[in-house]
Amino acid sequence: MNVIEVQNLRKEFKSYSSRAGLSGAFRDLFTRNYKIHAAVDNISLNVKQGEMVGYIGENGAGKSTTIKMLTGILTPTSGSILVNGMNPHKQREEFVRTIGVVFGQRSQLWWDIAVQESFRLLKKVYRVSDEEYNRHMGHVIETLEIGPLLDKPVRKLSLGQRMRCELAAALIHNPPLLFLDEPTIGLDVLVKLKIREFLKEINEQYKTTILLTTHDLTDIEALCERVVLLDEGKIIYDGKLNQLQAHAVEGKQVEFEFLAEMTRSGLPDIKYVQWEQKDATTWLAYIDGDEQLVSQLISTIVQKNPIKNVRINEISTEEIVRRIYEEGMALS
Amino acid sequence: MSMYIEMIRVRFLMMLAYRTNYYSGILIYSINIGAYYFLWSAIYGGKEEIQGLSVLQMTTYVAVSWMARAFYFNNIDREIAAEIKDGKVAIEMIRPYNYLGMKTMQALGEGIFRLLFFSVPGLIIVAFIFPISFSASPSTWIFFFLSLVFSFIVNTQINLLTGIMTFFLFNNAGLIRAKRVVIDLFSGLLLPISFYPGWAQDLMTYLPFQAISYVPSMIFTEGFAGQEITNAILLQAVWVLILLIPIRLLWALAKKQLIVQGG
Repeated sequence: MNVIEVQNLRKEFKSYSSRAGLSGAFRDLFTRNYKIHAAVDNISLNVKQGEMVGYIGENGAGKSTTIKMLTGILTPTSGSILVNGMNPHKQREEFVRTIGVVFGQRSQLWWDIAVQESFRLLKKVYRVSDEEYNRHMGHVIETLEIGPLLDKPVRKLSLGQRMRCELAAALIHNPPLLFLDEPTIGLDVLVKLKIREFLKEINEQYKTTILLTTHDLTDIEALCERVVLLDEGKIIYDGKLNQLQAHAVEGKQVEFEFLAEMTRSGLPDIKYVQWEQKDATTWLAYIDGDEQLVSQLISTIVQKNPIKNVRINEISTEEIVRRIYEEGMALS
Repeated sequence: MSMYIEMIRVRFLMMLAYRTNYYSGILIYSINIGAYYFLWSAIYGGKEEIQGLSVLQMTTYVAVSWMARAFYFNNIDREIAAEIKDGKVAIEMIRPYNYLGMKTMQALGEGIFRLLFFSVPGLIIVAFIFPISFSASPSTWIFFFLSLVFSFIVNTQINLLTGIMTFFLFNNAGLIRAKRVVIDLFSGLLLPISFYPGWAQDLMTYLPFQAISYVPSMIFTEGFAGQEITNAILLQAVWVLILLIPIRLLWALAKKQLIVQGG
């Protein structure tokens, strides 16, 4: 069953460019140069129940705009959206009862009052019964370890503490669909791990569908089987994460740390090997070939030069994504 | 419904979170009332009455209109503007409630808080210092509170309208400030409407502002009598209905062109 069905979705923004100088500013008072810019450009996407989908892209690729349309905050310019069987913008009040949203950059708790007061208000807003609240939220509060924070005003919490409370707040009505827009931004490793574990747990326990955007690709690696890659408003990849790795990466990276300073002329020219200097004594070799070539390269180097350290690097998802964007490589 | 009551409660908590604001508010209101009291006693000099209001009625008018202001006055226009400007309105749109309804409830929470913990104690203090006449007739009190409810609604509606304008103007600090001055001036807070020249009074009957302050204060000081009271309250009710129309229209338009700023 599809929880999210999106067809040919498009969102245009009208923006104006300011003219230069004082006379330009005066002219802007009367007429402005408008430009139309498509933040989301004809995307189609289906998400099944219980999936965890990573939605990634550079800054300004249109991730947040998509999320805002899927949650009913923005009206699409064209295209159709069906989430939880409803049109988010048209049936807003009914629809938002079935979703939970966390915006990493905005707080949805009330700033001046204690966290538990915010929870109490949200409980009333979502019409959650006491019994249900105690059962479900008791567990959430325990897992996220926010019990001791509940009587503190939000403004006194640290970012990590606040984020855990935000997540709990988004789950008060136990929604079947959860949107997370950069939930781990600015958090330390321990809090990140805790949040990831928690998300995995609710996904298994309640079959909660999760759509996640992040710049931290380790989040995606830890959580999502499926990734959707967005560039300039268009989907450039939609599929399994491990397939993305297999497709994008052919070859390996070997890091050589020499005992003495090394210049390019001291390194051998081998076909399918590209050199890149990291610092005075360290060089990276990008090898476009199989293991045979790797061992051949290492033996050639080691015979000639005294070596302090050799490391064979697996190429990370981050590296893959960087390459995709830099090279504009379109995958299918 | 219970979530709206909960919202009023939350607003109480928020007001209590900042005690300094609360105490300085009482001080500012007392200073204002004192200043206007001395100003008006100087203007009256030896005269018995001006424009049908005696000195005693005038000082009562001043005290009551400031205390009523504590109830109907709120900053939701500024709050809406701030929420739109920093994009917080996005959070409000993912909640299963009516944003404007919730804002009105927050304003009501603020109003009730100030009425109970601010106006009532304030008025008692003022009554000790300045000569003020309280009406003994219960019907005056009933009409006064009824018209106070309407003045809250009219003022809140105007605030909502000003707030919604931010959707179109993106930065409307100037409009908000202008609105505040216009309300203080044309609502009869600073000067009873009957003191304005004839043509200005005529003009003001076509504006909603006198429904905010002039009507409840005149009822309390018994400046209105009999038929005048019911007419004034009816006029307030009519303004409540009229103002609903532009709010509905602008809100529908605003939702369509909502652009969440930043992020």
